[in-house]
Amino acid sequence: MAKRRIEGRCDRTYMTTVTATPAALPADWRDLLALTKPRVMSLVVFTGLCGLLVAPGQVNPIIGFTAILCIALGAGAAAALNMWYEADLDAKMKRTASRPLPAGRMDRQTALHFGVGLSFFSVLLLGLASNWFAAAILAASILFYVVIYTIWLKRRTPQNIVIGGAAGAFPPVIGWAAATGDATLLPILLFVLIFLWTPPHFWALSLFVRSDYAAAGVPMLPVVSGPKVTRQQIAIYTLPMAAAAIAPWPLGLAGAVYGVAASLLSLVFVVLAGQVLANRATEPEGMKPEKRLFGYSILYLFAVFGALVLDQWILK
Amino acid sequence: MTSEDPQHLVEVRRRQRSRAIIMALLLGAFVALIYGITIVRMTGK
Repeated sequence: MAKRRIEGRCDRTYMTTVTATPAALPADWRDLLALTKPRVMSLVVFTGLCGLLVAPGQVNPIIGFTAILCIALGAGAAAALNMWYEADLDAKMKRTASRPLPAGRMDRQTALHFGVGLSFFSVLLLGLASNWFAAAILAASILFYVVIYTIWLKRRTPQNIVIGGAAGAFPPVIGWAAATGDATLLPILLFVLIFLWTPPHFWALSLFVRSDYAAAGVPMLPVVSGPKVTRQQIAIYTLPMAAAAIAPWPLGLAGAVYGVAASLLSLVFVVLAGQVLANRATEPEGMKPEKRLFGYSILYLFAVFGALVLDQWILK
Repeated sequence: MTSEDPQHLVEVRRRQRSRAIIMALLLGAFVALIYGITIVRMTGK
């Protein structure tokens, strides 16, 4: 038995010495960083930080920093696992073909190990540094994004991002929970806001990159139901989203600074969504309103959350 | 590029070195963070 093992080892050594097989390089650290989708992470970190800052009471800066770090690492882990699972889809889309896996700069196993390792690390660190309630929500958000959205929904239904959007809505709740150990009405409203913001945001994007999704066989709403229905759905989701954004003001959870800012910002969002609804273009060249809405939607979320923090600080 | 190619070996070494440096920096930061967290948890502040 031992002899056979030694022979086997010798054979393998011989093989690697004699045959000149194309050898895989170890992944570059820049590609590992790219797996975490740093640009998407910035919005996640910002909303998580806002959840932490508007929570009642004071958080020790080290614990606060660790909580935000864990949210960022958790988001990065989920993104890495998403890229691991979707390497075949990414290869078919212009927008994503240059990512480390479809471009062949990294093997899938490295991405899987990196994603799983980072997931466990972020959840454990958050649990040990802050509390296990926040850590459990972080674990749930990673699982939701990877299992429910990436593996289950994305390739099956045009409602993929509606339900999957919940994963991206968790950070303010995690930030709040890290500070307080619970989740009250305000973080839940912030969750609802991001949940309802996700469909108009992603559908605006998917309208002008529709051919990419169609080529990859992803059943995004514009691919399955066409631009007209998608534009109607954007308008339908925009109204409750605006209501969720303004709601903390009349409910007494935020002051007038936030209320006025959220109302104005939401009004602009509704106007832009109206322009998208009125647009009849079917080709990306004519989709300026969609591109404008997509760009504004990112600014909108930053501004609404920023206004909430400002308002809470003024109130304090 | 094959495993026998000297250029390949140079690239492997370069990547291993840069990853090792980054890992060392991250581990150093992690130790400092854990130290800070421990102090905060022990003092309750």
